[in-house]
Amino acid sequence: MIIAERKPLGEIAMMVAPHEKVTVIGCRSCVAICLAGGEKEVDTLVSAMKLKSMNEGRTQYFDGFVLERQCEKEWVKEVEDKILAADVVLSMSCSLGAQTIGDLYPEKIVVPGLNTAMFGVPEEQGVWSEKCLGCGDCIIHTTGGICPIARCAKSMLNGPCGGSSNGHCEVNLEIECAWYAIYERLKLQDRLDLMDTVRPPKEWSTSHSGGRRVIVREDAKLTPHQIRGKEASL
Amino acid sequence: MPDREPKIVGFCCEKHGIDSVDLAARSGRQYDSSIRLVRVPCTGRVDGTHLLKALEEGADAVFVLGCLEKNCYYDTGSIEGRKRVAYVKSMLSEVGIEPERVEMFNASSSMSWKFSEIASNMVKVAARLGPIGSRGGGR
Repeated sequence: MIIAERKPLGEIAMMVAPHEKVTVIGCRSCVAICLAGGEKEVDTLVSAMKLKSMNEGRTQYFDGFVLERQCEKEWVKEVEDKILAADVVLSMSCSLGAQTIGDLYPEKIVVPGLNTAMFGVPEEQGVWSEKCLGCGDCIIHTTGGICPIARCAKSMLNGPCGGSSNGHCEVNLEIECAWYAIYERLKLQDRLDLMDTVRPPKEWSTSHSGGRRVIVREDAKLTPHQIRGKEASL
Repeated sequence: MPDREPKIVGFCCEKHGIDSVDLAARSGRQYDSSIRLVRVPCTGRVDGTHLLKALEEGADAVFVLGCLEKNCYYDTGSIEGRKRVAYVKSMLSEVGIEPERVEMFNASSSMSWKFSEIASNMVKVAARLGPIGSRGGGR
């Protein structure tokens, strides 16, 4: 899932400072799971910002809402009136949610309340770690199910670099060496022969390096006839 | 500014927290009338939103009173309460509000003197700081 964390309150306050009516919108999907932009986080942020306004003796209105998924237009439209009534929308979602609101209501100012950090997983309560970089060409079937692109600081494809020490990465000794983990996993699976397989240089054009990516599934797209029917039923 | 009685809200767990308050009362110990107590099943139930909301609604100071950490009725409730108070304190600091407006305390049901001490400390803090915004904070 997408992992995000709240921006410092001072930074958020600066972004919304010129505006009087602030609508704060959270999301019940990934950012709720990583405790950054769900119901509770929106409530606490709204309270904290109200207290800041009170403390500074200024009039600023904060109202908070949480959507099922902020990255989908259908859900965003549920709070259209709240968005249109606001001077600024503070999105407590990943950047995808913030951009969805911005694209739907281009005349509205949308500011991010969270820093979108990574694709990751919850390791334990309160700990999330990166496990995918979204390179668009998955190879984990050859690496014991462990992604060397995301989990190795150098995205090495053919074994560890010289900085691997006792299973840890030279970049940060708290981080495990991805290739050490891959070796251990392949050994457990009795597939160490895969360590000898030479992986050619990676084709990065499927990653962000190839420009903005758009995926189209023609069978899932609506035909003009279906679109007309859908519009007529609204 | 006219004299104004401080407003203090205390979230007390219904085990050792509230028992220590009861014992204080039965022992004839008095506490300031500016303190309003909210009974909660466990301090682990207290969320940051509750503490901030109390301040937002006009409390000058808020405290959480739970069991002693090593003797918590629900094992880890007091620890959860402490972590949430610490988080709220950090949020208050970030928005320029005195973090000492929010505190966590622990007591066992036999510590009747503890509540009197907590009450008097919180009254002093609230009186010193005044209502939020009264000191032109952040300016």
